[in-house]
Amino acid sequence: MTLIFLQQMKNFHVAVIGGGVIGSAIAWELAKYKVDVVVFEKGCDVASGTSKANSGVVHSGINSPPGSLKARFCVEGNKMMQSLADELGFSLKWIGKYVIAKNEEERKELEDLKKNGVQNGVPGLEIQEGSEVKKREPYVSCHAGLWVPTAGILLPYEFTITLAENAAINNVKFCLETEVIGLKKQNNSFLIHTNRGDFQSELLVNAAGLNCREIVSMLEKPDFQVYPCRGEYVVLDKNVSNLTTSMIYPVPVKKLGVLGVHITPTIDGNILLGPSAEFIDDSEDRRTTREMMRLLIEEAKEILPMLPERAIINAYAGIRCKLASRKNGGWADFRIEESKETTGLINLLGIESPGLTAAPAIAREVTRLISQYITLNQKKNFKVRKRGKRFSEMSSIEQSNMIKRDKRWGRVVCRCEQVSEMEIINALSNPLGAQTLSAVKYRCRAGMGRCQGGFCTQHIVRIMEEEFHKNVREITLHSADSYLFYGRTREIKQ
Amino acid sequence: MRTEEIDVAVIGGGPAGLAAAISAKDSGANSVVVLDRNNWLGGILPQCIHDGFGVEETGESMTGPEYAERYISMAEKKGITFMRETMVLSFDKNRVITAVNHDEVYRIKAKAVVLAMGCREKTRWSAGIPGDRPSGVFTAGVAQAFINLYNIMPGRNVVVLGSGDVGLIMARRLKLEGANVLGVVEILPYASGLLRNIVQCLEDYDIPLYLNHTVINIEGRGRLKSVTIAQVDHDMNIIPESEKKIPCDTLLLSLGLIPENELTKNAGIEIDDRTGGPIVDQCFETTAPGVFACGNCLQVYDTVDVLAMGAKNTGKHAGKYVFAQGSKEKKREFLPVKPGDGIRYILPQRITKAGLIDFTFRVDKPYQTAVFSLSAIPTQDDTRQEIYKKTLRWATPATMERVTIDISDETLKSMGYLEGSING
Repeated sequence: MTLIFLQQMKNFHVAVIGGGVIGSAIAWELAKYKVDVVVFEKGCDVASGTSKANSGVVHSGINSPPGSLKARFCVEGNKMMQSLADELGFSLKWIGKYVIAKNEEERKELEDLKKNGVQNGVPGLEIQEGSEVKKREPYVSCHAGLWVPTAGILLPYEFTITLAENAAINNVKFCLETEVIGLKKQNNSFLIHTNRGDFQSELLVNAAGLNCREIVSMLEKPDFQVYPCRGEYVVLDKNVSNLTTSMIYPVPVKKLGVLGVHITPTIDGNILLGPSAEFIDDSEDRRTTREMMRLLIEEAKEILPMLPERAIINAYAGIRCKLASRKNGGWADFRIEESKETTGLINLLGIESPGLTAAPAIAREVTRLISQYITLNQKKNFKVRKRGKRFSEMSSIEQSNMIKRDKRWGRVVCRCEQVSEMEIINALSNPLGAQTLSAVKYRCRAGMGRCQGGFCTQHIVRIMEEEFHKNVREITLHSADSYLFYGRTREIKQ
Repeated sequence: MRTEEIDVAVIGGGPAGLAAAISAKDSGANSVVVLDRNNWLGGILPQCIHDGFGVEETGESMTGPEYAERYISMAEKKGITFMRETMVLSFDKNRVITAVNHDEVYRIKAKAVVLAMGCREKTRWSAGIPGDRPSGVFTAGVAQAFINLYNIMPGRNVVVLGSGDVGLIMARRLKLEGANVLGVVEILPYASGLLRNIVQCLEDYDIPLYLNHTVINIEGRGRLKSVTIAQVDHDMNIIPESEKKIPCDTLLLSLGLIPENELTKNAGIEIDDRTGGPIVDQCFETTAPGVFACGNCLQVYDTVDVLAMGAKNTGKHAGKYVFAQGSKEKKREFLPVKPGDGIRYILPQRITKAGLIDFTFRVDKPYQTAVFSLSAIPTQDDTRQEIYKKTLRWATPATMERVTIDISDETLKSMGYLEGSING
């Protein structure tokens, strides 16, 4: 399906490079207007990079320096989240956060944080004594805690996918597995050379995340460096979810400008521990390490002594796109700006935390910048693809009705998360054309439970073969070279 | 939505569920329904195409499918109803089961329930193996399903982690399909599978066995490229400088099995943390009246033969329960059975009636010679009264021990507990 589009249309008003949460949010915002937009994503699905490998936190804005873009866009984005969730149906929970102090010295830092937050316009901040914190969080022991009611959680991959798929049904073209390898400014447009052909666009939005510098260097000499900083996480079993209802963060580690090890409940009832913060050379190095897994559990146990040893069901790592090196303190503000050298190039650089929260606000700002070049006329029929109820969320009557409509609703193929065959089929039929095993996982949760795909994988593969006519050799896990199988048994290789 | 009322509902149509269903029917239950989530019956057996099943039970060595077929025909002849491709979503202590399939959502009210959900495999994260997260990492059972049920080859250059039976069988299976099996890696100083499998799968096929080793890292961003193995000492600590990188494209994990008890836990039934299965009495009844358990969801068995024998007993009690209802709802007094020194777990965990009782247990480490004793310990003091003793030879955690002990009325009423332990 993608190939037909490529033949039909190769000229766009706006080309967005990068299908992460920022690129997808921008695409969705632009989709409201009568402009031709294309998104180039080198991965096999949106949210292939940092956008899926983070804490999923909607930050309040207490951490960012007043007057910074991070503070501004975080608070703005935070305010937009609920109505966005109401409109598009992605999961969002305002579980709140406690920043906890171990002693009187750390308590002073809580007061500084509160002051900072108030300056940024963050509402409802309150410092509570350890005993009061214990009333709400019986398993947490601390000297004092800063209660942040406007902190929330979502599923970063679900959020990104929702934005992208909504943009797609409103005529934004998504080109997956498409890497931008060359750029040239010619007269008033950009010539975009990709591994899947050449395109043209009036404007260029650089939302390439960790690759933002490569994109800039295709057109001009970059005036910045990117310092990849890896954050490792471990995912804990749902059976420890009773240990906390809100997020629990220790007082921030000042030296790196990065938040310390956090305890973050997830939408689906797991707990995340992390992230760590390690400056690395290779921006694609998303390995997890034994040392960090152990350290995360150790540090978490200091806050939640009841945490059992064997609670880890998964571990992953994401890379932050930092603009400041470790020795320079590791903190730099967002750069959201038109290039001074190359007219029509809008750069989004250094979008690390609170990038996820800031995404909707950043998208508005980028749209505003674009409106200076192109007149933006609103579409009259803007469609909404609202996330429907999962089979596991339905009542028995609702389930029964769905089965009567289509019997494939009745065949449950993921035991742990109770996902039905129909949900797998819907996931594979997504408007972006993403058809990896992970594309299924992130859309309907199959494979994310305790058995980690032990039962459902064979059924997903069967559905891919039977309903989508995929050759077993084409089935991949997440990236183009992550093929699942070698082929058929007893096959003669040509 | 459809409501059904039946005598006995069996959750799981694997060897345990089938044996229990047949037995329940033979004990007089009229309507016996087996619910299974797959479109085939026999559970894991259809993908176990190797033989060795049924030797103890029938004297004949069958393949998994043959063994399953035997029970399926028997069950069909007895008029047992099967609900295939049916997933049980939940059940409660009142024995109302919510299940779903292509046709409907069902509310099944059963007079007795038999839990036979089997087990799931331990994943990479149970062993906490760090590194990249490429494709090509499979649990052994999943790889087995792909080869034997779907004719799909998972990979070409294979490393197997874990020398349990599933790992050994799969090492041989892959070699027979033309894969290059680079070795089986085992953290303990001895292989944990049955001796016959070590000989018939590794030695006979020249597959190297790396004892005292484990996988410490997984490498590869797209597809698996290599694993790093290292030697461990007596305390399972990694010996530095012993690391070795093995290029491969497939890693099979045979790290052990976990009884599948999501449904059981959600019903509020008590679980024994040591077995991973529900706490049961000598009739295999759980802490919920009329709910019985058998097979791998109760405890992980070594052979299907012993599993089936236990399941038959369970089915018999479930069948009898259907008729004895009403008198069963009173609070039951029981004598607890606890694991002592040297014992990892012992079943049943409760005795509600005197008589000859079949106990199963596992020791916590290998013993060349060990004396197992069951003692009665009263609540008032610490005096122990040994009521049974047996000398075990070559007992290991990988071999389930079975003993039949006569528990007297006197012992039952003693108000203390029983403890199984190893001495000497």
